[in-house]
Amino acid sequence: MAPATYELTVNGQKRSVTADPGTPLLWILRDELKLTGTKYGCGIAACGACTVHVGGVATRSCIVPVSLIGDRPIVTIEAIGQDPVGRAIQDAWVSHDVVQCGYCQSGQIMSAVALLKSNRKPTDKDIEQSMGGNICRCGTYVRIREAIKMAGGAQS
Amino acid sequence: MKPAQQISRRAFLAASGTAAGGLLVSLYFDRPLHAQQPAQNPRIYPPDAFIEIKSDGKIVIQVNRLEFGQGVQTALPMLLADEMDADWSQVVPELAPAADIYRDPMRGFQMVGGSGSIATSFQQYRELGARTRAMLVAAAAARWTVAPEQCRTEASVVRGPAGQSAKYAELATDAARISVPATVQLKKPADFRLIGKQVRRLDSRAKCDGSLKFGLDLDLPGMKVALVAHPPVFGARPKSVDDTAARSITGVANVFQIPTVSGGTAVAVVADKFWTAKQARDALKVEWDLTAVERPDSAALWATYRQLAGTPGNVAVTRGDRAALDALASGDRIVAEYEFPFLAHSPMEPLNTTVRFDEGRAEVWAGSQFQTVDQAAIAEVLGLKPEQVTFHTEMAGGGFGRRATADSHVQREAAEIAKRVPGTPIKVIWTREDDVQGGYYRPMHAHRVEVGVGRDGLPVAWRHVVVGQSIVAGTIFAGFMIRNGVDATAVEGVADTDYAIPNFHVSVHHPTPNVPVLWWRSVGHTHTAFVMETLIDELAARAKMDPIAYRRRLLNPDAKKLRAALDLMEEKSAPWRAKLARNHATGIACHECFGTAVACAVDVSIENKRPRIHRATVAIDAGLVVNPLSVEAQCQGALVFGLSQLMANGAITLKDGRVEQSNFDRYTPPYIVDAPVAVDVHIVPSTENPTGCGEPPVPVISPAVVNALSKLTGKRYRTLPLVTV
Repeated sequence: MAPATYELTVNGQKRSVTADPGTPLLWILRDELKLTGTKYGCGIAACGACTVHVGGVATRSCIVPVSLIGDRPIVTIEAIGQDPVGRAIQDAWVSHDVVQCGYCQSGQIMSAVALLKSNRKPTDKDIEQSMGGNICRCGTYVRIREAIKMAGGAQS
Repeated sequence: MKPAQQISRRAFLAASGTAAGGLLVSLYFDRPLHAQQPAQNPRIYPPDAFIEIKSDGKIVIQVNRLEFGQGVQTALPMLLADEMDADWSQVVPELAPAADIYRDPMRGFQMVGGSGSIATSFQQYRELGARTRAMLVAAAAARWTVAPEQCRTEASVVRGPAGQSAKYAELATDAARISVPATVQLKKPADFRLIGKQVRRLDSRAKCDGSLKFGLDLDLPGMKVALVAHPPVFGARPKSVDDTAARSITGVANVFQIPTVSGGTAVAVVADKFWTAKQARDALKVEWDLTAVERPDSAALWATYRQLAGTPGNVAVTRGDRAALDALASGDRIVAEYEFPFLAHSPMEPLNTTVRFDEGRAEVWAGSQFQTVDQAAIAEVLGLKPEQVTFHTEMAGGGFGRRATADSHVQREAAEIAKRVPGTPIKVIWTREDDVQGGYYRPMHAHRVEVGVGRDGLPVAWRHVVVGQSIVAGTIFAGFMIRNGVDATAVEGVADTDYAIPNFHVSVHHPTPNVPVLWWRSVGHTHTAFVMETLIDELAARAKMDPIAYRRRLLNPDAKKLRAALDLMEEKSAPWRAKLARNHATGIACHECFGTAVACAVDVSIENKRPRIHRATVAIDAGLVVNPLSVEAQCQGALVFGLSQLMANGAITLKDGRVEQSNFDRYTPPYIVDAPVAVDVHIVPSTENPTGCGEPPVPVISPAVVNALSKLTGKRYRTLPLVTV
């Protein structure tokens, strides 16, 4: 398809990109806008490494074509720390020494922030539901649980 | 160390590039390795190559290993900084490039593997720190005309007897002129400031805000992305390639064929960006010639493997009377047959390597477990000498063995492409599909075990046949890891079991199907520990004995680490094991590998026809622990990795030569719901030399879970993955 130009709002800034309409948001962020904090893991929305917020909703950017974004604002890992819940999650991640290789953690954090924004006191079941599609091959799940609970407590 | 004004580390590296050669010792025979380990490393490592003290007080430490989650980038600097009395808040780790000086002190080349980073660099990094401290103290003492013994150090400051003080940064230039002391006094454990303390990772924040760059995130001026259409059957070649549609896509720079290491030919697409390259690769019309290649098929392979398992193979260990088993009544004999499928490592960061080839030199960026091996392979492809290839070690998003390939196939592929476009940095990216279908799997294995049980319920005879591809055959490791036709990595964990079984015989067959295989975190122990720990549990149940007591009775008296881990696990899990919920069961397992013993207890129920792991208690004896926070993380994570083999979709299968899975939808690693809800880790206190912890906790979890399931269902589980409970 012929390339088209899209006006996106990314991390509070207007960004104009010209790309094939079918290009997944993930590759717009990584290759066009050089926001490489959002990761490629599978390309089929099965691992969650590419999770960003689109219009406030945790979204797998690897399967969303840029043409479908419209005017919904996009927030990525690079800016989530400006949000109080985002900052609390990042701090909890650091204080619990959650990360190992760290490659999936941008996606984990974006999913966790979306969870805490809707539910300050998530139970284990709530956490499993919201975080259930994010793969961590290093297996940091136990500390992810603990960090989410801590961040939730700090926020309430 | 280097003062702020450049005494170039690069210059030093060039000068030392040809230092003493190959002391290659076994990666996976941990006991021989320890036996061979000298009390003190004979080589004095020059601090210049490892430490840079900057004028602002920052202390940059070169880490001679790949960091891919295991925490080495924090632990090795801890060793050095502790002995150096460096200000920890000013320590900045860097991943060292490929160079001889950064080789593993015991293994003879630069590598991560065999859970050996701390074990083999413990002395090295401590000595580096201690030597640097001695040089800084000597510089201060000379400045103040006092004796070095009169000076103290703490937090990057030398203090003299009359209240003098100087920061390390102020002393660095003088210290660099002092000759490196040949002998140096290391701290007593009581004086450790960092070693043994819970120290948080140095890379956490950058991994939580998106700023840390992995190899895949590399962006260089003029860089292009390459994707490769690999043959659908290993070693195949195209009959015809129609790249018209691919080339017509805007941004596609080139399409050409390249050789693969398995003797085939692949088609490379070079484009401006990933998505362009992906679309172009999808648009290729390739007809593959599959007539000349072997097309392995899982069903056919299993038939062959089962047959082979019924016949004795090459002898790995033979102890006592081989016929002892036959003398027993049939009621005292158990025959157990096990099957383990191919497994992909699937690190979260897909494989990638960037190469820029210029006239007479090349530059490489890769997250590699075998930097110098890969450097040499790239040099070979490009017709260069290894020292003409600058190799940057990039942070890697997991690996689990997948970035430790003796044939450097990804790096060769990148070099083949870069060779065609000199001057252009080429980033080769493997998609997840390439990764899942691309081979280099944990080999599939069949085990057949015949056990004879004595009157006391303990095994008196054991005949064990293992069938599986050799991982090291045909590689640089074959010479010392294959003995009498036995690849040590296929029988480790059985052949060297700590269970005192008389009349013990293990043999192995190594079929050679056309599937590339590789070490998968904890290697042979992934299957051998499963066999041993489920069978021992079965024998304990048969003897109506407590599984922990049974193991303790059967273990060699000198299996001190395993006994200590078992005791600690028993003690720490006793409270919850005593009040298990209804329809829950406890499963336990223990295993020693890479010099480290691990015991594990799990609380399991069945939910939605899957094991639900409510809790795991782990006890580990890894000698002296450098960073308990990191050991805990490795144990927690390793359990999840080990659970990969129990996932319903936890198998790579082949049909008529083609891999049937292509992504996480059908080859599915554990998600959070599959992992233990809570894991408590307990470390056996020890002053012994440190051993590894990256792999040893992997093998215990699957047998522990299955042992619990057997209690709940009465069934035995001997075929993985665990499709039905």
